[in-house]
Amino acid sequence: MNLDHWLLVFILLSSFVTGLIIFFLKEEAHRLRTLLNLFGALLKVILVGVMIAGVQSNHVYESRLELLPGLDLVLRADAMSALFATLSSVLWLVTTLYAVGYLEGEPHRSRFFGFFSICVSATTGVALAGNLITFLIFYELLTLSTYPLVVHRGTEQSLRAGRTYLIYTLSGGALLLLATVWLHTLAGPLEFSLGGALAQVATQHRSELIAIFALLITGLGVKAALFPLHGWLPQAMVAPAPVSALLHAVAVVKAGAFGIVRVVYDLYGVHTAQDLGVLAPLAGVAAFTIIYGSVRALFQDDLKRRLAFSTVSQVSYIALGTALFGYLSTIGGLTHLVHQGIMKITLFFCAGIFAHTLGVHKVSEMTGLGLRMPWSMTAFTIAALGMIGVPPFAGFISKWYIGLGAVSSDSYWAVVVLAASSALNAAYFLPILHAAWFKQRQDPWPADHAHGAGEGHWMLLAPPLATAALVVAVGVLANAPFSPLDWVRYITEIEYGK
Amino acid sequence: MTLWNTAPWLVWCIVLPLSAGILTFLFRRAAPWIGIASALGSAIAVAGLAAQVMHSGPLRYSVGGWGVPLGIDLRADGLSVLMLVMSAVIAVAVSVYAACYFSDTDAADKHAAQAHQRAYFWPLWMFLLAGLNGLFLAADIFHLYVTLELLGFAAVSLAALAGKRAAVVAAMRYLLVSLSGSLFFLFGVAILYAAYATVDLTALAGKVQPGPLAWSALALMAAGLLIKGAVFPLHFWLPPAHANAPTPVSALLSALVVKASFYILLRLWFELFSAVVTPATATFLGLLGAGAILWGSAQALHQPRLKLLVAYSTVAQLGYLMLVFPLTQNAGSALTAWSACVYFVLAHACAKTAMFLAAGNIAHAAGHDRIADLDGITQALPLSVAAFALAGISLIGLPPSGGFIAKWMLLQAAIGSGEWGWATLILAGSLLAVAYVLRVLWHAFTQVEVARPLHRVPRTMEWSALALSLLAVLLGLMAARPVELLRTGAPASIHAPGQT
Amino acid sequence: MTLEPYLLYALAGVGLFAIGLYALIARTHLLRKILALNVMGTGVFLFLVAIAYRSEPVADPVPQAMVLTGIVVSVCATGLALALAHRVQTTTGRMVLPENDESGA
Repeated sequence: MNLDHWLLVFILLSSFVTGLIIFFLKEEAHRLRTLLNLFGALLKVILVGVMIAGVQSNHVYESRLELLPGLDLVLRADAMSALFATLSSVLWLVTTLYAVGYLEGEPHRSRFFGFFSICVSATTGVALAGNLITFLIFYELLTLSTYPLVVHRGTEQSLRAGRTYLIYTLSGGALLLLATVWLHTLAGPLEFSLGGALAQVATQHRSELIAIFALLITGLGVKAALFPLHGWLPQAMVAPAPVSALLHAVAVVKAGAFGIVRVVYDLYGVHTAQDLGVLAPLAGVAAFTIIYGSVRALFQDDLKRRLAFSTVSQVSYIALGTALFGYLSTIGGLTHLVHQGIMKITLFFCAGIFAHTLGVHKVSEMTGLGLRMPWSMTAFTIAALGMIGVPPFAGFISKWYIGLGAVSSDSYWAVVVLAASSALNAAYFLPILHAAWFKQRQDPWPADHAHGAGEGHWMLLAPPLATAALVVAVGVLANAPFSPLDWVRYITEIEYGK
Repeated sequence: MTLWNTAPWLVWCIVLPLSAGILTFLFRRAAPWIGIASALGSAIAVAGLAAQVMHSGPLRYSVGGWGVPLGIDLRADGLSVLMLVMSAVIAVAVSVYAACYFSDTDAADKHAAQAHQRAYFWPLWMFLLAGLNGLFLAADIFHLYVTLELLGFAAVSLAALAGKRAAVVAAMRYLLVSLSGSLFFLFGVAILYAAYATVDLTALAGKVQPGPLAWSALALMAAGLLIKGAVFPLHFWLPPAHANAPTPVSALLSALVVKASFYILLRLWFELFSAVVTPATATFLGLLGAGAILWGSAQALHQPRLKLLVAYSTVAQLGYLMLVFPLTQNAGSALTAWSACVYFVLAHACAKTAMFLAAGNIAHAAGHDRIADLDGITQALPLSVAAFALAGISLIGLPPSGGFIAKWMLLQAAIGSGEWGWATLILAGSLLAVAYVLRVLWHAFTQVEVARPLHRVPRTMEWSALALSLLAVLLGLMAARPVELLRTGAPASIHAPGQT
Repeated sequence: MTLEPYLLYALAGVGLFAIGLYALIARTHLLRKILALNVMGTGVFLFLVAIAYRSEPVADPVPQAMVLTGIVVSVCATGLALALAHRVQTTTGRMVLPENDESGA
C-alpha cells in the first residue's frame, strides 16, 4: 500500500468519519463530542501540513476511482489545492472551537456538529478535486451539508432562508452540471492543470467554450455571490454565528470563488480565457458586485447583514483579480482568497460574541462596546481595518496587488473601483469603530444576560483573537516563506510560465 | 469451484422463490424465515449467475433439455443480470423489513387484519419474486407474457392486501389495467408468431422487418406495456394502488413491478423491432416521458399525503426511462443513453424502496402520513428521515448518488447528440424533484415543544430503509463495473461504430 | 382474391378483441368489465387457433400450446377479478369503481 495514494483520502476522511460518528452520539455526550471534533480538526491540519511539505518537494499525491468508463473521480494535491485546503482546515479548527463554545447548552448539537464536519470534508474535497466532475460532486455535497446548518434553528425564518439557499445553489449546481457534461462531450475527461488544458479545443470550438464558460461562471457565481446571484447570502445570516463564519469565510462562498479561480487558471488557462475574450465580462460583473455590495452594506443596520453584504463585495475582489489578465492581479486575487477568509471569519466571530453575550445585533446598538468588551472589539477593529485595506493588515496586501495588476494591464477603471470600494468600506466600518470606542453609552445593553460577565467563554474569545493575530501576521510577514503571499507567488509563477 | 461455475443458477433464481411461495403458504408460522432465506438464497443464485455471465458472456439454458420450440429456454445477459441483482437486493431488504412490519404487535386494535395480511403477504411476495426473476430470464416472448401475468396477479393481490376500501378499489382498477395490458401484449405475440412462426427472442431478432404486421405487433405490445408500466398519460392507476398498499408492498410495486414492463419494452425495442422503429415513434415515447416528468412532479408537489407524494414521484421518475428511446437515435451516444436508463432503473429501485420504507416508518410512528402535520418527526425517527433524505438525493440526481451517475450519462447522451430540449428537461425534472423532496424535509427541521405520543418503530425497519438509501447514494461510486457488464450481450442496434 | 378460412377466423378474433376492448372501456359495471376482458382474451385465442390451422396437413402445435396456457391464465385472472369485484361490492356497496377515489383513506 502506497501512502501517497491514501493521504488525500485520509484528509477527507479525517472529518467525514468524525462527522458520521458524531451523528450517533447522544446529545449529552458533550465532552466526547468536543474531543472528537477537535481531534478530527487537528488531525486534518496535521495531514494537510504533511501534504504541503510534500507538494513543496514536488511530491505527487493522487487518488483515483473510476466512476464510469472514461470518467474518474480524481483527488490531487497541487499548489492551488494546498492553498485552499490549508485555509479551510485551519479556519475549521478555530471555528470548531468557537462553535463548541457558542452552542453550549443548545439542542441538536450532535446533528449540528455532524453536518459541520461533513461540510468541511466537502470543502476539502472541493480543494483537492483534480477534475471538474470531482469538483462538482464535492461542490454539491457542500450544498447539501450546509443546508441543515442554515436551518439549524428550525424557525420559520431560518427555514425560509434555507429554502432560498437551496433554490439558488441547486439551480446553480444544475447549470454547473450542464456545463460540465457539455465540456466533457467536447473535450473528454479534463483534469485541472496549471496553465489550463483547453488551448487545443479552443481553436475548434470557440463559441461553445465561451458558452460553457458563461454557464460555469453562472453556476459558480451563485455560491461566490456574484451580482445578481447573491440573494441567498444576506438571508442566510439567520444561521448561528459559527455557521455564518463557515459560509462566508471557510466553505461556501470560498468554494464558489475557488471554483472561478480553478476554471480560469487550471481548466481554461488564463491565456486561453483571455484569448476567448471571456475575462473582460467577468471583470465587469465582479467590479459591479464590489461596488453594489459595498453600497448595500452601508444601509444595513443589522450587523450580520452588513457583514454579509460586505462579503458579497469582498469576494468579488477574488473574481476581479482573477479576471484582470496579468501576473500581479492574479497574485492579488489569490491572496485575497486567503486574506478575506481570515478577516471575515474574525468579524463574524466577534459579531457572534456581541449577539451572544450582550444581545447586540444591530450596528446602532454598538455604542460604547469597546469599553465593555475590549478584547473582542480589538479583534473586530483589526479585521475591519484590514477589510478597508489599511496597511499593514492583510487586506492591504491583496488590494495592493490587485491595484498594481490593474495598472500594469492598463485597466485604470479597476483602480477607480478599488478606490471607491475602499472608501465605501471605510464608510461602513469606521462609524462602527468610532461609536464602539469613542462614544459614551447611555442605555443598558439589550440583553446582558447569563452568558457571562466578561467577554464570554474563552472558547468564544480565543478564536477571534487568534484569527485577528493572523490578520496582522499575514500582513506584516507577507514576504516570509510559506506566507499566503509567498505561496501564491509560487502558484502564479507556474501559471504564467515564469 | 467447478460447481460454482457450472451450476444452473438461472433455474435456481426462479425455483427458490417459487418453492418458497408454496412453503410459506403451508407453514405460516415460519413464513418470514422461509421468505428471508429464499430471498438470500436467490441473491446467492444471482451472484453465481453474475459471475458466470461476467466470466463467459451471455448464457442460454434449456429447462428440462426440451429446447425450442416447445420447451422453455432461459437466457441471461448483462441487462438481465443487472435486473436480477436489483431484484435480489431489494428482495432481501424488503423481506427483512416485512418480517418486522407484519409481526409488529403495536397495532393490536387491527389484530385480525394483521394476521390476514401476514398470512398472505409471504406466499404472494414469493410468487411475485419468482415471476419477476422468470421474466428477467425469459428467452421468448410468450414466456414473457406468462411471467408478466404471474407478476401482475401477485402484484394486484398484494395491492389489495390492506383490505380497506381505497386499497380494494385501487387494486381492482390495477387488475383491469394489468389484464388488458397483458392481452394487448399477447395479441402482439400472436401476430408476431403469425408472421414469423417463432416466439424466440433471438430468432425473431433477425427476422422482423418493417411492414403492417410488425407495425401492428409493435403498436399492440407497446400499448400494453405502456399501460402496465404506468407511463403518462396511462399512469392514473398507479398512485392509488401504490399509496394504499402496506408499506413493503408499496415499495415492491414502485421499485420492481413497474420496471418489469419497461424491461420488456427495452428488449422489444432494441432487439426485436430495431429495424422497425422510426425516429418519430422514439420522439413520441420521449414526449410521453416528458409529460410524465412534468405532470408527475407537479402532482407530487400538491399531494397532501406522504405516500401519494412518493407514488407520484414514481410516475415522474418513470418518465426519465422513456427518454432512452429518443436519445438512442443518435448512433454515437446510443450506448451511453442505454446504459444511463438501465442504471437509472437500478438507482431508482434502491432509492424508491428506501423512500417508501422510510415513508412507511414515518406514517407508522405518527399514525398518519399528512405531510403538513409532520413537524418534529426527526426527533422521533432520525434514521428514517435520514433515509428519506438520502433517497431523495438519489431521486433528485445529486452527486454522488446512483441517480446522479444515471443523469450524468443521460445528459451526456443528450448533449452529445445536440438534443438540448431533452437536456433541459432532465435538469428541470431534477429541480422539480428538489421541490417535492424538500416539501417533506421542510418538516424535518422544525422543532416542536411537546412531542406527540408516537408509535414505536422497530430498529430493523429503520435500518433496512437507511441501508437501501445508503446503497442508492453509493451506487454512484460503483457504476463502472455494472456499466461494463451491461455491454455483455447488449443488442447490436446500440453498439454503434466508433463507440469504445 | 379468395378469403382463406383461417383468415376469416383470424379476422373474427380481431373483431372479438375490438368488441371486448370497447366494452371494457364503455361499461362501468365490474362484471361486464370482467366479461369484456374474457371476450378480448377469446379473441386472441381464436386468432392463435386460426394461425395454427394455417399449416397443412397437421395443425401447428405451438399456438395451440399457447392457447392452452392462455386459457389457464385467463381462468386464474377471471377468478381473481371476481374475488376482487366481490370485495369491492362489500366495501363500497356497489359493483362500480368510484370516480376520483385516489386520496380516500
